[in-house]
Order: sequence, then structure tokens, then C-alpha cells
Amino acid sequence: MSRSERIVGALAAIALLVAAGPAAAQSKYHLGQKATPEQIAGWDIDVRPDGAGLPAGQGSVSQGNDIYDAQCASCHGTFGESNTYLALTGVKTKLNYATTLYDYINRAMPFPHSKSLSADEVYAVTAYVLNLSDVVPADFVADRDSLPKVEMPYRDRVKPYSGLMSVDGKADVQNTACMQNCEKEVKVTASLPAGFVENLYGDIRDNFRGLATMNKLAPPVTSAPVEVAGGLELIQKHGCVVCHAVDKKIVGPAFRSVADKYRDNADARAQLIRKIRDGGSGAWGTVPMPPQTEPSDADLATVVEWLSTLPGEK
Amino acid sequence: MDQQDPKRGRVLPAPENFLDPAGKSRRRALGGLLTGGAALLAANSLRAAEVPAGTPAPTRFPPGVPPWSQTLGKPVGANPYGVPATFEGNIIRRSSPGLTTTTQSSVAFTPLQNLFGIITPNGLHFERNHNGRPDIDPYQHRLLLHGLVREPKLYTMEDLLRLPSVSRIHFVECGANSAMEWANPSVPTVQYTHGMLGCSEWTGVLLSTLLEDAGFDEKKAKYLLAEGADAAGLTRTIPIGFALDDVIVAYGQNGEMLRPEQGYPLRLLVPGVQGISNVKWLRRIKVGDQPFNTREETLQYSDLMPDGSSRQYTWIQEAKSVITSPSGGQQLLDKGGYFEITGLAWSGRGHIKRVDISTDGGKNWRAAKLQTPVLEKALTRFRADWTWDGSPALLQSRCIDSTGYVQPKMRQLREVRGTASIYHNNAIQTWLVDAEGKVHNVEV
Ligand code: HEC
Ligand code: HEC
Repeated sequence: MSRSERIVGALAAIALLVAAGPAAAQSKYHLGQKATPEQIAGWDIDVRPDGAGLPAGQGSVSQGNDIYDAQCASCHGTFGESNTYLALTGVKTKLNYATTLYDYINRAMPFPHSKSLSADEVYAVTAYVLNLSDVVPADFVADRDSLPKVEMPYRDRVKPYSGLMSVDGKADVQNTACMQNCEKEVKVTASLPAGFVENLYGDIRDNFRGLATMNKLAPPVTSAPVEVAGGLELIQKHGCVVCHAVDKKIVGPAFRSVADKYRDNADARAQLIRKIRDGGSGAWGTVPMPPQTEPSDADLATVVEWLSTLPGEK
Repeated sequence: MDQQDPKRGRVLPAPENFLDPAGKSRRRALGGLLTGGAALLAANSLRAAEVPAGTPAPTRFPPGVPPWSQTLGKPVGANPYGVPATFEGNIIRRSSPGLTTTTQSSVAFTPLQNLFGIITPNGLHFERNHNGRPDIDPYQHRLLLHGLVREPKLYTMEDLLRLPSVSRIHFVECGANSAMEWANPSVPTVQYTHGMLGCSEWTGVLLSTLLEDAGFDEKKAKYLLAEGADAAGLTRTIPIGFALDDVIVAYGQNGEMLRPEQGYPLRLLVPGVQGISNVKWLRRIKVGDQPFNTREETLQYSDLMPDGSSRQYTWIQEAKSVITSPSGGQQLLDKGGYFEITGLAWSGRGHIKRVDISTDGGKNWRAAKLQTPVLEKALTRFRADWTWDGSPALLQSRCIDSTGYVQPKMRQLREVRGTASIYHNNAIQTWLVDAEGKVHNVEV
């Protein structure tokens, strides 16, 4: 089912509600407009554990398999075990309701282009992720009736915790305000390993007022390589940076490595534009790049032009 | 160079130790020597012996007259929107190396070690986003308020700016602040241990004003859903009790419009509650009768307990304090010197009643001075005098809030919650000052 069909469905439901409700009273500020059912339907996307908010439509585990391999596996791993990005194991070990999985994928995934899947696609990929997590069988079909009924293995272990749900909630850990001779013995029981800070953070003294900024004569920052304007902005804008960095491999190859690989290849630019557009694997490994349908031809040409001017890796 | 005064409690790195033409190499030489042991001696001899040839005489100090006293300054309005002095360029939000896979779902921490008072400058308030930071056109931004209301409403930013407003000072602390420290110390400075924390004067419309304006169903309304307009469409459940008490639909931060990193043009401000409930780029509030069980209340932001269960809806941020100076990564130079111990305390349950300081790892405590104002659900600045005798010291602060709750020790928290619960680590922080004056993150 398409997004507009979903909206029409929700719209009909809301029209009924409004018709039945009490007449609107005047607000004293006369600010803000009454929201129309169409406006509400477009934004009212949340799904509750009882299934409220689930749209019409459906999707099977096998349909979800195709979507997942094309649009999710590059980050979350073929089996949800993680490829660079977080594993989807929490579905089995932390999640209480399958409806929440639908809600989240629908609003926030795939990470580079959220809210791009149709209701059928979200149902399908939700079914597939549930199957990957051994929660539903391979012939499961997700829809607004079946999803709320899925029994999540972790359901009964998630418990609202009253201690922190209000300001007067009872604290679970209590210290005392002892003032004198409170500990018999004080020993340092844990600290950072030697060399840890230097290796990971560099010269930490730069994090304090002083040092380089106070020292007018500190060596100048090495200047960045000259770049064709726009490339960097475009890879941000089109979300390429979630999988690619200039200098290092993330999910996809470093753009510098790409530049090196095709430096002497005259046909490379057209070929790369096609590859980005259609997606695919094989040039750098088995993990596929999803098709990048959203950037315009002009933007892709600019990105590839910029990319091929990047200095090599040395 | 100026005379050494043993009574001055100087902290390294202080600017005067690094104003040197040799730049970085000089700093390394100094650092190397200092680790050698006789820190004070080394620093003194450096000052005398290591000043390279050709160094201009320090005419900027008395009796000399510095150039800025003799040259006409920059025109008024040279920086129509002011920026910090260039010398403050190191005082920035920083990400912890290796913490996250992508800069789009990540966090940059507030440099608490360098800040004064209780207000976080807007450009330094920590940043935590889930699917990147959107740039929202305020003219095309709308807030939808619907669900169990008489009249569902759509507000423009102008509508919201015209409604009755409030300005209040409150902290915002990420639920995962100090999360990296549950098992053992793992980061070097207070920026990383406690820097998912900020405090601002927020301005906006009380959520209760909007709920009344839309005529919410007072009998049925129990929980609200707040939703962001970012790519995450981030959602959290807000109980109606909070909503009617002090929740603000905020557009102002310290006198100006919100910064994009803080939710421009509109965010929710839920005082005292986990940062993530303070939904940024707010686009929708739905009034409902049951909690919404969102991803940020199940897969994430629920606290795993030792028995394998998880605590859901752990909203309130409990009382917590930390010494921001001296703190990890600093170095005290002067044995026998005076140092002011200063830091921050806060509670999501009310205000701070008392802060105690220990310099012996929690054996003995004394009360610190609280700087006014001491506000509800806001940062409170505390101070205590201290003369460092040159021997190793273990600095701690412990706060007590208006409910009488005493900030716990790390081991007390672990006894109840184990080490896998990620969120709500409000343990007493220990800084070790070693014999060289270097300050380290440790646990006792
Ligand atoms: C470019 C990498 C990328 C792609 C492609 C991607 N995701 Fe994600 N996914 C992420 C990131 C990053 C997060 C965490 C976001 C955050 O911090 O809130 C995430 C979170 C999730 C979560 C929540 C897991 C948890 O335990 O909290 C689920 C479920 C999920 N993604 C499913 C999907 C599905 C289904 C697809 C394909 C339709 C997909 N993702 C595509 C990067 C990706
Ligand atoms: C979900 C992750 C992902 C996203 C988003 C993504 N890529 Fe890729 N990209 C990959 C992977 C994986 C490969 C390696 C494919 C292969 O081995 O053939 C790749 C390969 C490439 C290559 C090299 C192609 C070749 O045949 O050598 C280029 C160029 C490229 N990507 C550009 C882009 C651009 C531009 C964007 C944004 C419009 C983008 N990518 C978005 C994952 C991604």
C-alpha cells in the first residue's frame, strides 16, 4: 500500500471520530489553527503495543529478505549480526513488543533515507528482522492484526520502574551523609591503563584553557588539499558519509582509495556514476552499496568529479 | 619571567607556561621533564634555562606597555554576532574517540573543566543526535497538538512566540551521562565523564498552556507522545503529571533562539528528566491514555538489571555532583599552594541542599559553599578552599538534594544495578592528584 493510500485510510477513521466528538470550544488566545484530518494523518505515524496506529498493508518474511539485503544488510550485517553498525540482536534480548520495531523502522530507517519505505515494505522488513531473531517462522506475514500478537521472548522482563517515574519515586540506592572516619581504608581500585590517554586522545592538555591557542607561535595547521567546490557538501547532503569517509573505510571504501583505484582509467567517471546510481557489490568486497536513487545526475557528476581529484593515500 | 610564588595554586596548563616561541616542541620538553619527578624544580629551571635565544623581551608585562595599549582597536561591530576570543579556541565540544560509528548518531561533550558559574554557553552545550542534525526553516515548521483534545491544533512559530511565555533555568543531562564509567574509569577528563550536561535559561510556552488551549481531555489524558521533526523522528513518552507541572515548549536558550544543535526552532524542555525526553526539533505532541513504548524506551534507554530484566521509563535524573577543577587531565604545580575546589551539583528531584567535599577519598568530609542562585532542577556551583600539601590526594564531592537523598558511591550503585545498565550513573567521582600534581580519573 502506498503512503497516500495509508493517509486516506487514516483520514476516514479520523473523520468519523471528529464527527462524533463534542463541538470545538473557543480558545482564549485565538492563536494556532485547527488541524485538519488530512494534516494529522500525514504526521500521525506512531504505533502502540496494542496495534493502534498500524496502517493497512502487509509483508512477508521472504519479501522482507530482499529489502533487507538491499537496504539494511550493508550496515546491520546479513544476519543482523552487525557490519560496522549496531547489531539487531536487541530485538530478541531487549524488545517487548514487535509493534515498536515497526514504528521505529518506519520513522528512522534506513538510516541514510528514513521514511522512504512504503507500509508494505516496512511490514515485510519487520517480519524479516523478527525471523532473523528467531521470533517468527519463515512463513510469517506481518500486518496490523498479526504484529501486535507476536510474542516477544523478552516481553515479561521489561518493567516500568516506578522509582524513577516521578519526583517522589523511592530511590533504590541510598548513601549516608557520614562526615568523619567514614571508610576504614581507602584504596585506588581502578584507573586508566598507562599510555591509554596519549594513544587515544593525544595531548590532553589541549583540552584546557592554554596551550596552542594561547601560543601565537604554535605551528600552523597543515592546510587542507584543494577540492572541487561542492563535493564534500554533497556527500553530506546525500547521506553518503554514513558509509563513506574520505580517509578511511567505513561500510564502503574510503573515497581516496576509490580515487587511487580509478586514477588512470578514462572511462571510470561514467562507470562510477552508474555504479552509485544502481548500487551493487564486487569492486570492494561482498557488501553491496544500496542504489542511490535520490541525488540528481548533476550532483552525482559533481561528487565523482570531486572524488577523482582527491590526493592519493600515500 | 615572573617570580615564583609558592602560595599561588597554579594549575598546568596555564598560559604563562606556554607562551614560548618554540611552540609544541617546548611543550613536549616541559611535559617530559615534568613526568621525570622533580616537577617543580624542572619547571623552574626550564623557565630560567630554556628560553631560546632571540626571544623578544617580555615587554607586555609591567613595567613594559603591551601593543594593545598603544594601538587603535577594532571598530565597533567588527563582529556583528560576537565570537569568543581567538585564545579560547580550545574550549570546544569534543567527541570521545572511538565512541560511535558515525558522526550522525553521536555525541559531543561540554567542556565542563573550562566553564564558570552555572550557565552553559550556547555554543558549548553538549550535542547528542540520533539521525543527524536537521536545519529547519522556522517559517515552515509546525507544531501539531492532537489526540485526546477537543480541538487538534497546528501552531506556527509566530503563534508560539505570541503565547504567554516563561523563562526558567534548568539543566539537561543525557540519561547516558557517565555511562562509560559503569565498569571502570575509561575516559580522562570531566568533559568526557560528565559532559553530556548543560544548563540554560530556557524560554517558551508552558506545555500546560498549549494543552488547555487545545482543550485536552482531563479525565482520559495520561501520557503524551513528543516527536521530533529530524530524520530520527525521535519519540518519547511524557506523563501528564510532568506535562502539567513544569514542561516548557521552548524556543529560547540564554536569551536568543535555540541553536540548531539544541533543536532550533522548537524543543521540549522536561526539567529534571533524561535528556532524550527533551525532544529537539519538536513537531508533534499527541495526547494519549497509555505509554507509547517507543524504541527509545525499550531497545535503548531502558536499564538492564543483574537479574536480566530491564527497567523501563526511568525518567528522573537523580542527584549528582562532580568537581570540575581540579579535575582529570589538569596538573597542579605548587605544593603548599592554595587551590579552589569547584564543581557542579544538580538533582532532577528538586534543588541541592548541601555539597560535601573530601580530599582523602571519602574518609572525611566537610561542607562546601554553595553559590547562589540555588534553583530547582538546575546546576548549582559549589566551592571549597584547599591547600595541597604535595602528597597524593583523592578528591570527591557528594551532594544531598531537597528530598534528603545522598549521592551514592559507585560500589553502592553496582551492588544494586550491576554494570550493564548504561544509564543513570550518578556515582561520586574520584580524582586522584598524584605526587606530581597530575590529576587522574580513578575509582576507590
Ligand atoms: C547506513 C547505515 C544503516 C542502514 C543502511 C540501516 N541502518 Fe538501521 N541503524 C543504523 C544506525 C546508525 C542506527 C542507530 C541510530 C541511533 O543511534 O539512534 C540504526 C538502528 C536500527 C535499529 C534499532 C536497533 C536497536 O537495537 O536500537 C533497527 C531495528 C534498524 N536500525 C533496522 C534497520 C533496517 C530494517 C534497515 C533497512 C531498511 C536499516 N536499519 C538500515 C544504521 C543503518
Ligand atoms: C549503506 C551504505 C552506503 C551508502 C549510503 C553509500 N555507499 Fe557507496 N559504497 C558502499 C559499499 C558497501 C561500496 C562497495 C561496493 C563494491 O564493493 O562494489 C560502495 C562503493 C562506492 C564507490 C566505488 C564504486 C566502485 O565500483 O568502485 C563509490 C564511488 C561510492 N560508493 C560512492 C557513493 C556515493 C557518492 C554515495 C552517496 C550518494 C554512496 N556511495 C552511498 C556503501 C554505501
